[in-house]
Amino acid sequence: MIALFFVLIVSLLIAGFFLSGFLWSVRKDQFEDKEGAAMRMLHDDGTILPPVENDPERPIAPRS
Amino acid sequence: MPTLEKAPVSRKAAPASQSRPDCYHCGQPCLTQSIRIAEKAFCCEGCKLVYEILSDKGLCNYYDLQKHPGLSGIRPLRKEKFAFLDSPEIAERLYSFTDGDHTIVTFYLPGVHCSSCMWLLEHLPRLHDGVLESRLSFSAKEVTIHFSRSKTSLRTLAELLTTIGYEPYISLSDGDEKKAKKPNRTRLYRLGIAGFAFSFIMMMSLPEYFGGVTFDERYSTLLRGLCLLLGIPVFFYCAGEFFSNAWKGIRPYFQKGGKGFLNIDAPIALSVFITFSRSVYEILSGTGGGYLDSMSGIVFFMLVGRLVQERTYSSLSFHRDYQSYFPIAVTVLNGDGTTVTRSLPDLREGDHVQLHNDEIIPADGLLTGGAARIDYSFVTGESEPVKVAVGEKVYAGGRQTEGVITLELQKRVAGSYLTSLWNNSAFARDKVAEGRAEDSVHRLSKYFTITLFSLAAVTAIYWAATDPSRILNAVTAMLIVACPCALLLAATFTNGNLLRLFSKGGLFLRDASVIEKLSQIDTLAFDKTGTLTIGTEVEVLDEEVLSEADRAAIYSVVRGSQHPLSRALAKATAISGNLPLSEWKETVAQGVEGVVDGKKVLVGNAHFTGATPQAEAQVYARVGEKTVAFSVTPHFRTGLAGMMDQLRKRFKVLLLSGDQPRQQKPLQTLLGENSELLFNQKPEEKLQKIEALQAAGHQVLMLGDGLNDAGALQQSNVGITLAEDINNFTPACDAILDARQLPKLPQLLSLARWGRFVIRLAFAFSILYNVVGLSIAMQGLMHPMIAAILMPSSTLTIVLLSTGICQLVYTVLFRQKVVANSQQTKT
Repeated sequence: MIALFFVLIVSLLIAGFFLSGFLWSVRKDQFEDKEGAAMRMLHDDGTILPPVENDPERPIAPRS
Repeated sequence: MPTLEKAPVSRKAAPASQSRPDCYHCGQPCLTQSIRIAEKAFCCEGCKLVYEILSDKGLCNYYDLQKHPGLSGIRPLRKEKFAFLDSPEIAERLYSFTDGDHTIVTFYLPGVHCSSCMWLLEHLPRLHDGVLESRLSFSAKEVTIHFSRSKTSLRTLAELLTTIGYEPYISLSDGDEKKAKKPNRTRLYRLGIAGFAFSFIMMMSLPEYFGGVTFDERYSTLLRGLCLLLGIPVFFYCAGEFFSNAWKGIRPYFQKGGKGFLNIDAPIALSVFITFSRSVYEILSGTGGGYLDSMSGIVFFMLVGRLVQERTYSSLSFHRDYQSYFPIAVTVLNGDGTTVTRSLPDLREGDHVQLHNDEIIPADGLLTGGAARIDYSFVTGESEPVKVAVGEKVYAGGRQTEGVITLELQKRVAGSYLTSLWNNSAFARDKVAEGRAEDSVHRLSKYFTITLFSLAAVTAIYWAATDPSRILNAVTAMLIVACPCALLLAATFTNGNLLRLFSKGGLFLRDASVIEKLSQIDTLAFDKTGTLTIGTEVEVLDEEVLSEADRAAIYSVVRGSQHPLSRALAKATAISGNLPLSEWKETVAQGVEGVVDGKKVLVGNAHFTGATPQAEAQVYARVGEKTVAFSVTPHFRTGLAGMMDQLRKRFKVLLLSGDQPRQQKPLQTLLGENSELLFNQKPEEKLQKIEALQAAGHQVLMLGDGLNDAGALQQSNVGITLAEDINNFTPACDAILDARQLPKLPQLLSLARWGRFVIRLAFAFSILYNVVGLSIAMQGLMHPMIAAILMPSSTLTIVLLSTGICQLVYTVLFRQKVVANSQQTKT
């Protein structure tokens, strides 16, 4: 009996955790833009800029 | 959205050849060789400019992510175009947030179409110092920019975006409160909680179903108690939507003189209420396990259905709010000649408005100056611009195509013709259609509920007299098993699905009622120019091969002439380059002549050029001593022969052309020996022909490109506008077909027929289900628990069935290789 009680409560808590994760992601508007996130992932974080005369070792620009 | 010149153009499949490279920026073929940077060729200065800007700032990754990502047709920015953004009241309305310096604004950029766009727009800070951060929502095509007002202004931002090719579309409705996104979120919250509760309750109810002899009664209290606990938020929160909608429908009944009615949500609300109440009663009194799994299941599935519908419709519907078509402000002339920018709601009668190239007329007025060529395609569907003389009336919604004009307003924006257009005629027709559809659904649900109640009452009385122990079971089971959802969802869900599939196939319908109309079509009327034919093809008829120099000579001479034949020749020879010209003269209706490189060049009719006339030639050219004949014919789109073959078998086809009877033979072959070909049709004649066909009992579909077709398109049962650029739409058409998908017309029409079949099937299924379910329940043979399982499963079945069949039909229809004869018919 105790075991059943325990299992139920724990599973409720775990599922509840996932539910709150879902609700949080809705709140953060993650369900608004379907294609954007997929594309954003593929972008390079910086580009190698064309060499400039006085600075031949131009580093990779940081993500803005 | 109305015409947007920056929309993505079809990417041509033909590879770039040596003589005709593709523009590095936008992919359009370059007609001349002169615009380049190193080995990169560009089709115009606009594209080259964007490339220069991007490479200066080290943003060439734009070109790495996608080939030819740019938008073609970039025109130089008119300096005053965004001047209205300097005005503080207007700018304030557009800010989402500002603290005096750090400001957030959201622009809608219709030109966004690929991952490169996204990359570039999110790297705006690199392009301009004042931009702190930018983020694009790809689906909505909206970029949210954080910028510093001390370093830059709203106007500069708009100009910057336009210069790189992404002109923001700022309209009147942007000034208003942003539509609350919250309803969308609330439904998702409800969905999440309902789903969570549903799965848990199901899990905890399993022992009740399957426990049998080994089920220990001690556990039941615990499990049932938990179910009840979880069921409470589902009932009070998640199902809230159904209760409030049902209440909205009934409430007028209680108010004085109001007519309340039972809308779609009433039976659902009732089912949920009954299931919940009975479950609460059973659990609290210890007499049973209740039906909370079914209740939460009903709520969950209904919410899913609603969400899917909402998403489908919002992504496909035309923007029909007139406010989103109009700009936010126009230039007004003061008495002393100075100009001021005023926002549209502030315009008054008597104001003198100055309109530039491509601006929309905000309100009805009189033309007071300038050469007006107004494109009324939004209002009437005609894309041929109308010349208006000074002193004549112009109407709101028209677009000035060239040059600057001034007008004196006679009405305010709200009172103008366009707004009244939105409120009646074509749109009343729509509203009526929508109203009818909704009506039948509402009537259905009303009858359904009333019938159900009467049956339940009858059953109760019967059992009261015969075997009272069965009443409760019978009545509860009846009320639970009878599901109107399937009946109601069938049409809306399937239609939503079909709209989505149609748009995948290239046909964009204005709403679901068009599907039904499409499925009943038996006659097809085609326009010729622009619909069946596209552009012109120039062919050299003689054996003599023209050298590059010759072609260049011809180009140099014809490019100065506006005659359609000259323009066609110019397009065909432009790639060869431009040679210096001395002595140029055009003789009306005869030809043009000039001297290139010492040689005399003549282009024109046979007499003018001294060439021997040939039957198939339209224009001749003489370079020095050589004479060449050219045929310039409109050429047919590819794939038409195969399409016509299929269409002829099932439909009557005819041609309604405003053009002269050229190419009659190939057209007759194309459309079939028995089909009517009507030429020289004026717009009214086209309309009358359609009316005549309809009077004879036919359901007619008209396919045109909006030029001279508007009346006919509206009169026909379904009017489809063929568009090269699918962002172009007019209120006059029922659907827009992407020109590249024209050969798929037979499949699209089949899809409509199948769609109608699926809806009927879904209806039949749900009626059958209800009849069978109710007859069993009435006899008291159905345990309410079984009823509770059957109810959501019927909904689920319908949903899966309709989705599955539609998808299957689509795949089968559109996978078939279109029997495309890519042969092009010539005279």
